[in-house]
Amino acid sequence: MFGSGLLKGLGVTLKHFNETFIDDRKKVPSRYVDSIQLDEKRRLLHQPAYQEGLLTIQYPEEKRLLPERFRFIPMLLWDTEKGEDRCTACGICAKVCPPQCIWIVRDSDERGKPVSRPAEYYIDAAVCMSCSFCVEFCPFDAIKMNHDYELAVYDRYPQLVYDKEELTVPIEYYAALWPTQYEQEEIARKEKEEKDRIAAEKKAKAKAAREAAKKAGGAAAAKPKRSKADLEALKAKAAAKAKAKAAGGEAGDDEAAKKKARLEEMKRKAAEKAKQRKAGAGAAPAAADDEAAKKKARLEELKRKAAEKAKQRKQEKGE
Amino acid sequence: MSEEATVMAAEAPVFEHPYNQAVPGAVVGTWADETDPALVVAPDKIIALLQHLREDKGYNYLSSLTCTDYLSYNGKKRTGVDERFEVVYHLFNTATGGGHISIHVRVPDDDTVPSVTGLFPSANLQEREVYDLYGVHFDGHPNLRRVLTWEGFHGHPMRKDWKEAYYEADVKPFRSRHPKGEYVWHEDKVPWGRNATYPAGWDPESWEEPVTYVPVSQSPHHKPGDIDTQSLVINFGPHHPSTHGVFRMLTRVEGETILALEPEMGYLHRNHEKIGERNTWLMNMPFTDRLDYINSMSNNFGYATAVEKLAGIEVPERAEYIRVIMAEFTRALNHMWVVGFVLNDLGALQTPALYAIEEREMILDLFEEASGARLMCNYFRFGGVARDLPDGWLETARYLANDRIPRALDMLDRLLKDNEILKARGRGVGYLPPEDLLALGVSGPMLRAAGIKYDVRKARPYSIYERFEFDIPTLPEGDIYARYYIRILEARQAVRILQQALRDIPEGEIMGGKGGYTLRPPEGEVYHAVEAPKGELGFYLVSDGKPNPYRYHVRSPSFINLNALGPMSIGYKVADTVVILGAIDIVLGEVDR
Repeated sequence: MFGSGLLKGLGVTLKHFNETFIDDRKKVPSRYVDSIQLDEKRRLLHQPAYQEGLLTIQYPEEKRLLPERFRFIPMLLWDTEKGEDRCTACGICAKVCPPQCIWIVRDSDERGKPVSRPAEYYIDAAVCMSCSFCVEFCPFDAIKMNHDYELAVYDRYPQLVYDKEELTVPIEYYAALWPTQYEQEEIARKEKEEKDRIAAEKKAKAKAAREAAKKAGGAAAAKPKRSKADLEALKAKAAAKAKAKAAGGEAGDDEAAKKKARLEEMKRKAAEKAKQRKAGAGAAPAAADDEAAKKKARLEELKRKAAEKAKQRKQEKGE
Repeated sequence: MSEEATVMAAEAPVFEHPYNQAVPGAVVGTWADETDPALVVAPDKIIALLQHLREDKGYNYLSSLTCTDYLSYNGKKRTGVDERFEVVYHLFNTATGGGHISIHVRVPDDDTVPSVTGLFPSANLQEREVYDLYGVHFDGHPNLRRVLTWEGFHGHPMRKDWKEAYYEADVKPFRSRHPKGEYVWHEDKVPWGRNATYPAGWDPESWEEPVTYVPVSQSPHHKPGDIDTQSLVINFGPHHPSTHGVFRMLTRVEGETILALEPEMGYLHRNHEKIGERNTWLMNMPFTDRLDYINSMSNNFGYATAVEKLAGIEVPERAEYIRVIMAEFTRALNHMWVVGFVLNDLGALQTPALYAIEEREMILDLFEEASGARLMCNYFRFGGVARDLPDGWLETARYLANDRIPRALDMLDRLLKDNEILKARGRGVGYLPPEDLLALGVSGPMLRAAGIKYDVRKARPYSIYERFEFDIPTLPEGDIYARYYIRILEARQAVRILQQALRDIPEGEIMGGKGGYTLRPPEGEVYHAVEAPKGELGFYLVSDGKPNPYRYHVRSPSFINLNALGPMSIGYKVADTVVILGAIDIVLGEVDR
């Protein structure tokens, strides 16, 4: 029929009008359901995938709520506990940087001996391509990606060449920006520290024991290191190990079967989940509320941190 | 035995190869046997051999034609070879699928190679590119002009002894970006005006761009007795909203009918491949994002799989699934984009295009949550992906793949399938017969819209594509309407793969191989292509065992698909060329590299 295409097109437009524009005109539109109010005017928007239509974000009053992994320009971490840079000026970040925009000068002590601390650290933000390789390959968790994307300035030089002072942020800022990752890193760090501590303690103990033995050595004849019974036990252990190794092939098969079973289980679970979601599609927004509260808390924290940082900077600049 | 044959046998030991029975003396050796075996062919026999391969063996698709400059090659395997350049051809059989035949032709510095444009018109732009960047001359090419750089460019930038004005070092990492300890802008190092040089005998003042290369049609469109008219050259672009970027079409028109059309490109040329050869292998990953910047994930996919093939890196199961999910999301996103912008080119300005790319926002949000960026994802690594998926990612992805994207596709389908304007403007416009499209090197949806069932994912399955159930949709018409509609059909298949992949994705590791930032693949070369949303995206890589690629070439679908733009536009109206170009779906980042 002539004109049916036109009617269809108008129908689609009406649907979009209904989903977005009318919603815009309401006082508390549903499109702000997942957003975070910063103050009177400013808010952070996040449109969940289940919400129909597409929001217009009224930048700059409204901004997108950035996901944790958002990467823009790198920042250097200042360890507030230890009161030092985490960076050791090893230069890996400068080496892996694809556009070669990082420039480091290693610090030296009074006698001119290089120390593991950067004296200068520059990033040319006009060249940086935000690939985050420096972050990925930093062995000390010293460089991370900042979320701050409003960097516009009038001149590229020197404004966009960031020096160490401009790049450095306290570790709390990072923790607020990247909470999940920070937590994981802290757990790993604690584990490693604990391991190191135990190893050091053992070493110290062994040393003390050795010294004690040395002292006592004059009086008593040195005892054989291991008794005969101990040696027998060790032998038996080794034999058992060898046996286990020989049987390894069978164990491998077993593992493959396990893996397969696990895969099957996963598939079953996935199917179940899909079914559940189909049954209760309406439940999704409720579940998201909790999430939004969490996000809000995180952002409040972040805001506070950022304000603190700005204040600190101002003070420093004033001096 | 004739006298001639005896003389030849005395000159060099005859190399045994089955092809030599059909074309005597063609294959003179092999190359890169361990990584990606190639044949070395005598320059004067290349045409005969290609003809034999095309007519008798079914190798009907010249996918990639490129060149390598072996001037500073450090590998051990090329000792005793004096020729500086090697022109490399990669041929496929689209009917049977399967692997490629790789052919090398060795050329000394000042010699020429016979052009294969007569056999495979797809070599047209590619031979021009090789001529432009390497200075290798092709005998018999109809229009051997520079293509990516301009006529006043001095030198051939891909040659190993060509250094740019602010040259710092051969390879990265540079010893220091600021060797004197002072910050220096690159602009200050390039004092254009004083430093620029021109080729000998070339004067910038008196130079005028010749337009004589826009051929005059042999058959005027007016009958005897009509008003006598003259054809004239009309310039489209480079700044024209219909060209999707900085791209230029020189057209010769009579009335409103196109008599000839010549694409002009290179306005966005940044010598991507030269940058790639100075980078380390890993550093190239974020640079591939910038090729087809709408589909960074599938560019990553192509490069990662090519390097993995060269270095023999295994990818864990979960990472393979993540890769496929990302690549198929990209395909859905790209095809919706194209559908929207074909409408834009037809004159339905902005509104329908914005409706078509609504779901793209959701997909980009997913990309951002996983990789940290919406467009320049830089998500793939050799042996896996950069990071695991965050919590809740799969749920959102499943909602999109099972519900929202199919709904959006249904909406577009209902809205546009029977649309009178789309039919009137699209049916029968921009037609080329399928065999011409193949000969012109066209790939991807353009080919499938002409009824050729050729898809790299089925022809030579890579990654884990053989595990999924999906079809290759084809349409017989080969016109603009079919090119629009094939995208809807393909997006539906992408969604189908997504649903399966999101259902089956296992837990586990996301990185295989050794990781780290240095990689030294074994000496050799590799050509590997993936089915990017725009067509066959291939990477041709040569390694001499060093931490930087010796040669890094991108076979970009957008660039090679443009071979067909001229032939497709002839005989249609000026307004039609806009949508003919739009339906090829080019991205200038990939065309100009």
